[in-house]
Amino acid sequence: MAAGLFKEGIAPGRLPTTQYADNFSDLHPPLDRHEAVVEADRCYFCYDAPCMQACPTSIDIPLFIRQIATGNPLGSAKTILEQNILGGMCARVCPTETLCEEVCVREVAEGKPVQIGRLQRYATDVAMAQDKQFFPRAAPTGKKIAVVGAGPAGLACAHRLAVKGHDVTIYEAKPKAGGLNEYGIAAYKSVDGFAQAEVDYILAVGGITIQNGKAMGRDFTLAELTASHDAVFLGMGLAGVNALGGEGEEAQGVRDAVDFIAELRQASDLSSLPIGRRVVVLGGGMTAIDAAVQAKLLGAEEVTICYRRGKESMNASTYEQDLAAANGVTIRHWMQPKRIVGVNGVTVGIELEYTAVDGGRLVGTGETLTLAADQVFKAIGQSFDAAPLNGSGPSVVLEKGRIKVDEEGRTSMSKVWAGGDCVVDAREDLTVAAVAAGRDAAESIHRTLTANGRA
Amino acid sequence: MADLSSNFVGIKSPNPFWLASAPPTDKAYNVERAFKAGWGGVVWKTLGEEGPPVVNVNGPRYGAIWGADRRLLGLNNIELITDRDLYVNLREIKQVKKNWPDRALVVSLMVPCVEEAWKAILPLVEETEADGIELNFGCPHGMSERGMGAAVGQVPEYVEMVVRWCKANTRMPVITKLTPNISDIRKPARAAHAGGTDAVSLINTINSITGVNLDTFSPEPMIDGKGTHGGYCGPAVKPIAMNMVAEIARDPETAGLPISGIGGITTWRDAAEFMALGAGNVQVCTAAMTYGFKVVQEMIAGLEAWMDEKGHRTLSDVIGRATPNVTDWQYLNLNYVAKAKINQDLCIKCGRCHIACEDTSHQAITSLVDGARHFEVMEEECVGCNLCVNVCPVENCITMEPLAAGTLDKRTGEVVKPVYANWTTHPNNPSAQVAAE
Repeated sequence: MAAGLFKEGIAPGRLPTTQYADNFSDLHPPLDRHEAVVEADRCYFCYDAPCMQACPTSIDIPLFIRQIATGNPLGSAKTILEQNILGGMCARVCPTETLCEEVCVREVAEGKPVQIGRLQRYATDVAMAQDKQFFPRAAPTGKKIAVVGAGPAGLACAHRLAVKGHDVTIYEAKPKAGGLNEYGIAAYKSVDGFAQAEVDYILAVGGITIQNGKAMGRDFTLAELTASHDAVFLGMGLAGVNALGGEGEEAQGVRDAVDFIAELRQASDLSSLPIGRRVVVLGGGMTAIDAAVQAKLLGAEEVTICYRRGKESMNASTYEQDLAAANGVTIRHWMQPKRIVGVNGVTVGIELEYTAVDGGRLVGTGETLTLAADQVFKAIGQSFDAAPLNGSGPSVVLEKGRIKVDEEGRTSMSKVWAGGDCVVDAREDLTVAAVAAGRDAAESIHRTLTANGRA
Repeated sequence: MADLSSNFVGIKSPNPFWLASAPPTDKAYNVERAFKAGWGGVVWKTLGEEGPPVVNVNGPRYGAIWGADRRLLGLNNIELITDRDLYVNLREIKQVKKNWPDRALVVSLMVPCVEEAWKAILPLVEETEADGIELNFGCPHGMSERGMGAAVGQVPEYVEMVVRWCKANTRMPVITKLTPNISDIRKPARAAHAGGTDAVSLINTINSITGVNLDTFSPEPMIDGKGTHGGYCGPAVKPIAMNMVAEIARDPETAGLPISGIGGITTWRDAAEFMALGAGNVQVCTAAMTYGFKVVQEMIAGLEAWMDEKGHRTLSDVIGRATPNVTDWQYLNLNYVAKAKINQDLCIKCGRCHIACEDTSHQAITSLVDGARHFEVMEEECVGCNLCVNVCPVENCITMEPLAAGTLDKRTGEVVKPVYANWTTHPNNPSAQVAAE
């Protein structure tokens, strides 16, 4: 019986037990003080800096970097957190290579941008290590606000509202707060329980209560929230997962990538986590990369990402694609799943059909290929589950399957705002965009409540 | 192949790079290592009069300022003259000179300001067969409180007097080292010249405090909570030193007086610049203290390569070549008009030129053109000040382009005149002279 790496099927413990910690260590180790100062010195302190324009939360990047360079990391952290209270997590998970660092003038000049993400982590780490709180709460307003979902949007919204003196209750369906920060990103991007540490740091402002295990539509209704609160912010993210719609999808070994990623993040012993010898991941976004790389790091022998369009259409950044390749993941383009090949209900392979663009539409070419696979992860997108909104009085207007909001985050219902992945938004589904949406909705709520409700 | 051999007031050395009188030249061990590394000469660390040697502090002697990545830009020093016995030094000097006959070995001296003291020490130095002496009139800390070093250098009459004593009492060439802690460097140079010095060397170090510890509120370098001004040197002082060298080189009263250039020389280029301004050779200290003696190899190779490239065969082809181009402001050509020009292919759009011009100068650089980020000089506003060039992080991205005679200066609306005209003849000058036709 083959052991370790070459065990057939889906099996735990493919690697020597000591190797898991190495494999899942910090992807970008923190900069030490001197490294940070040297890196900060590379910043040109640009006028009307392109990096700042590229940041969805508009952090004053040149200023925070200059504060690092001049030995004021706490001031730097304040500059960051003023705009983005989840600046610590964003420093770790932001695709900086497609945001601030992509437009850094040194990227333009020499292909070597200032490492803005790592500098941001340096400054926020210093502040969080000292539990330094920068934003004292205003006098209590007596207003009560409900936030649905303790993900990046909900937390950012709650924090800003708390700072303004409002009392906030967050209703979170999962046992832990953090949303995708806790359940949805690769383990090596946020090590040492950082997501929970950040939640604790945010909650330390005061005035925020989290009720875990409370799901809308099951434990309460939107109508109840609006009746009992002065305002409601919906930030419940995307609960649905797109299905393949192919034959054999119910076979053992086929799984949603988000579930795999969540399970891995929550696992206390990675060696107990089963993984296939041959793994196929379907999709072209960050979720596909996170699942594929982690499958490889758990000891899968062969991991292949199959994406139905070309490289240029992948949502995963070039950096993420390179990361996958460096970890031994094969990325194949122009193929879509046709059928899961199962024997006695157990996955043994996947049949894929080659694709091409014909007249602007993606079509199958008829040619097929079968890859051996013990495990298939679906990472072909998530969807908004609108069911919990209904049956509770007037429902919120949707657009393209998500909640429709105006530029301030207001939904069609008065007293109800929304933000993050659950809304239709020009911004990508990024943590940093969700933070911006939550923060801005909080400002809108505050404006509305103080204008209407001042006694 | 360029010939780097140097003959400075009759003192020969295979190259013009000498180590200045300072901690690196305090004993035979260091000096031998320096000669092995390739230094053309050394000025032995200052000897004092016979008797119990001076004592140094037992805490930090140096303070510093740094640039990016802790690159040392300026060093400050509160060390005194040699704290070793006079005769130990003299014995070592004699032996080193014997071991290295082709290298220059000059001995720096500082004794009380009485003729007997100088008369006593000069024969002792002569006996070592050293090539010459350098009078330390520059040391700005400690010794100056005892009436020596800068305390002499700051009084031209004393300078002249001591130089005269030395010239009268030794056959060795006398180099007078000047302090920069004075308002007009030409005064002590003229005094040394009048006293008959063979050369001057400058600059010695500049009074300085390198930093203040904001926890203890003590100046750096700190000794038991207190600090004192020390002598500042290193790359940061080079521009000050070069101006002083040039002032002496172009002063009609001291024209032709040999100058040994000192102050922040770190690379071959620095050395070439000092020599172009009139220095006959150069002395180095901080660069060696930062990187070790091996730096001289870069200096020799770099100077040689540049001279070969430019066709300069010997040092005399270089020395003083820039001196005639150093002039007074009033003689600068006011009909020379230059405008900044930004090379759009090199521009990385950091916007530093714009904000520097917009906030602090003449509002002559765009930030947006047709709604797009674009930095371009508006000639009608540009006074040609060069600030944008200096703040631009990209070399040669912004250049100053002179307007040819006959072209229109869009800022003034006047056509650039083909003739030289300066302030002395300018109509706005209340004491303008009539322009010579």
